[in-house]
Amino acid sequence: MLDQVTDENIVFKTDAITKQYGVGELTVHALRGVTMEIPKGELIVLLGPSGSGKSTFLNIIGGLDQPTSGNVHFEGAALADMTDRELTYFRRENVGFVFQSYNLVPSLTALENVELITDIAADPMSAKEALAAVNLTERLNHFPSQLSGGEQQRVAIARAIAKRPEVMLCDEPTGALDSETGILVLEALQNVNKTYGTTTIIITHNVSIADVADRVIYFADGNVSDVQINENPKPIRDIRW
Amino acid sequence: MMRRVVSALNRKLLRDLWNIKGQLVAIIFVMASGIMTFVLSFGVIDSLELGQEIYYDRAEFADVWASAKRVPQDVDEQIKQIDGVSKVETRVTFGGTIQVEGMDEPATGRIISLPDNREPLLNKLYLERGRLLRPDEEDAVLASEAFVLAHDFILGDTVDMIINGKKRTLKIVGVVLSPEYVYSLGAGAMIPDNKRFGVFWMSHRALEAAVDMDGAFNDVALSLNRGANVDDVKAELDRILKPYGGLISYDRSEQMSNWFVENELAQNRTTGTVTPMIFLAVAAFLVNVVMTRQVATQRVQIGMLKAVGYNESEIAFHYLRMVMVVVVIGSIIGLIGGAWLGKGLLNLYAEYFRFPYLRYTYSIDVMILSVAFCAASATAGTWIAMKQAASLPPAEAMRPETPTEFKETILERLGIDRFFSFLSRIVLRQVERRPIRALLSSIGVGFALSILVFANALTDSMDHMMNVQYDIGSREDLMLSFVEPRHVSALEEIRLMPGVLKVEPLRDVPVNLRHGHLSKRTGISGIIPNPDLHRVLGADLKPIDISSGFVMSKMLSEILDVKVGDTIKAEVLEERRPELDLTVSAIYDEFVGMGAFIDIERINSLLNEGPVVTGAALMIDPNWNGPLYENIKEIPSIVGTAMMTKMRELFEEIMDENMMRMMAIYVVFAAFIACGVIYNTARIAFSERARELASLRVLGLTKGEVAYILFGELALVVLLAIPLGIFIGYGLVAGLVASFETELFRIPLYIKSDTYAYAVCVVIASALISFYLVWRQVDNINLVEAQKGVE
Repeated sequence: MLDQVTDENIVFKTDAITKQYGVGELTVHALRGVTMEIPKGELIVLLGPSGSGKSTFLNIIGGLDQPTSGNVHFEGAALADMTDRELTYFRRENVGFVFQSYNLVPSLTALENVELITDIAADPMSAKEALAAVNLTERLNHFPSQLSGGEQQRVAIARAIAKRPEVMLCDEPTGALDSETGILVLEALQNVNKTYGTTTIIITHNVSIADVADRVIYFADGNVSDVQINENPKPIRDIRW
Repeated sequence: MMRRVVSALNRKLLRDLWNIKGQLVAIIFVMASGIMTFVLSFGVIDSLELGQEIYYDRAEFADVWASAKRVPQDVDEQIKQIDGVSKVETRVTFGGTIQVEGMDEPATGRIISLPDNREPLLNKLYLERGRLLRPDEEDAVLASEAFVLAHDFILGDTVDMIINGKKRTLKIVGVVLSPEYVYSLGAGAMIPDNKRFGVFWMSHRALEAAVDMDGAFNDVALSLNRGANVDDVKAELDRILKPYGGLISYDRSEQMSNWFVENELAQNRTTGTVTPMIFLAVAAFLVNVVMTRQVATQRVQIGMLKAVGYNESEIAFHYLRMVMVVVVIGSIIGLIGGAWLGKGLLNLYAEYFRFPYLRYTYSIDVMILSVAFCAASATAGTWIAMKQAASLPPAEAMRPETPTEFKETILERLGIDRFFSFLSRIVLRQVERRPIRALLSSIGVGFALSILVFANALTDSMDHMMNVQYDIGSREDLMLSFVEPRHVSALEEIRLMPGVLKVEPLRDVPVNLRHGHLSKRTGISGIIPNPDLHRVLGADLKPIDISSGFVMSKMLSEILDVKVGDTIKAEVLEERRPELDLTVSAIYDEFVGMGAFIDIERINSLLNEGPVVTGAALMIDPNWNGPLYENIKEIPSIVGTAMMTKMRELFEEIMDENMMRMMAIYVVFAAFIACGVIYNTARIAFSERARELASLRVLGLTKGEVAYILFGELALVVLLAIPLGIFIGYGLVAGLVASFETELFRIPLYIKSDTYAYAVCVVIASALISFYLVWRQVDNINLVEAQKGVE
């Protein structure tokens, strides 16, 4: 077991993680003991109905939330053993987040929203480079309210990749977007995965997106119900929305 | 790549600040108002106290005084030998009526001798205008500035004065200030009346010749060495002067002008300390509440910053910088404004406290204290809110705050909800869901209301005090005092004068009251048992019956530590100086001064005197004022006249000039604070609900309906704040009144309904204006933007 945990090809290993909200009769079991390994460099899609525990799982491995029981290891280090400060540095250096609701700072321009990260990361790329990687080379000085949803999400991706993270965690990044825009966003993510070898985990409802992934993990009722490995992932352009 | 000067986080800070500039201005104003009142009040008080200290020091203000009938000049050698005495200045001084052309009412004056060939050793004069006296110069005088200003005299003008029964015409050659007459109080007067009381200084040799005091003095002032025992010196001085008709000596604490100055400064210190402290505390509380809520609205952004790898201290500093911007700007405005207003206010006070060396003092410690207090409070508020948001796991912080467990409101459980519309139920549930927040908002607005009540209530209490004192208590129009006790038949002459409607005899006896080791130099007034004019009132505003014995004011009883039934010693400071044992039969509440009263017949028999009087209370026909005053002026034995209507005017003038000035400033600041708080409460309530309100608009609610939900909640907050504020305000006033007790006067707790009404009106007006300003924001809700999930 131990050498599996320290296996250099595994980025995340989870060990029977559970998550409960509330107490007594009202208890909600969001996760019921998820055990899984996430290999490095893959593009992984998490599929499953609402309430199946995908987001909770993503938040926990990203260090945004604590499991009720069980362990998460990131490259051999147990997140549960980390102090709040270490957890902050774990996120700062290793994890890039992309949220469904973008979560850009409304009072900063596109460029500045990315600089918010490059200001604190250890070895960041330049903010412009990060934006170029998601095909945003214009409208850099626009505020979020002046950008379309797709553009905002691409700024959020640029913000996430600018720090050259080990992993990208994306919670329904295309959920609020139309198909054309969604494709642009996914292309950006796939591009980052291929170019930088960043392990990328994407939550989605959209089954067709599964075709582009190296690995598809199905969630149902707080647990993993199935894992499929795609030997030949399709390019984004080829999928049908 | 060139390193950017301003980091992204700092740019976020600047833009966020700009976005909430309206609120920031309001917070800054609240804070600046708190600091301003603090700085200006303490600045003025410190400056006045320093001015007094410097003046007394440079003018060599004496430490001990005594007067006598006639003391041979060589006795001063004995006085100089008293252990602890540093300097001795002997003088000749007389009081008498004065006549000024064009003034009907009688006035009195005091003339004091000045050494001929040197400056006086003590109580040096400060020459404001004109020149000093030449040696032996006859009938030329230096006059007190206050009197000169009151009459618009110019150098060379003359005043007639009856000195020792003889009329002299005095020519004013110089205008001076004296540390002994910062306040000029005439015989029997309770407050300075610069028009009807003047002080003059004349060549010693000229004066002693005029009043047959060659080779003698009747007044002496001493200064003491550091560490000398004042009581021992006074006792020894009394012993030396006793054979020459000496009255008991007194020190600075009993010197009239100084006593008054000290009382005024004490009053200012009370209002000037308590009020700004309350203001600063209220401002600090409000800044705290406002900053807490301001940061709470940034919850999602805090979660995001944490998620992307900012640590808590970086986020904390980010928001602390926001506070610091508020603190720095608020402090600068507060400090500069406070010092500027303080200087202006001090100039007004300078007309009143005649200190020649009055400069505005910047009290650095006060400034630091006030800024630190506000900064600490704002920082604490921000810190707590930031901690709350940052302590949540970022995933949770980024979710919109989930409503806590749904509950039916009390009204619904009681089943009376059907009387409320659907919208009203939303409002009530909002309030019930966050009762603490609603309560804190109410307390905030309540505080704003309370300081409005507070700022006006002191004026109400003062007015009430004046009404009691002059309408119910002292109902006489005119009070006369004679040079020395006279047979009661002297009153017949006055009774017969045209215009006199009623005359009541008075017998004032200067005494030193002693009880155990405590003593107080004061006067006992002998009055008739059931007077119509000069009455003694109890706390219930009913006249006290003095026929039962000896009654004294509560203040005096506290100074001497006596209660009803105790016997005290009264050492009479006249003639043979008998000592009387008096049993206190009643103690009454008096607002002004500290009196002791006894039946006039009883005091006369205790003193083995026939029916004598020292003065009279008169009721006069106002149509006869002029001729009556002419008649009174011709009575040489009258040394003092006090006109009650004038007294009241003067008293009110002093109050207006003195602390009411500060109160007027407080009222303005209180209004500012109230507006600032209410605007902020409304504005934050809006930002907390902006998204929800936008959703309701999307669902088809009209702007009016959405506004009803927002303002309905605010209206409830304001409604609750009104009784809260009145309650807090009453408490603050009660606290101030209790701490506001000087020997000069006590203030009753009395708040007019007008004051409450004013405070409530300001609060409601502020609420309406704030609602209007926020309404314009509701008007501008961008429905599409709001739904896109952009904050």
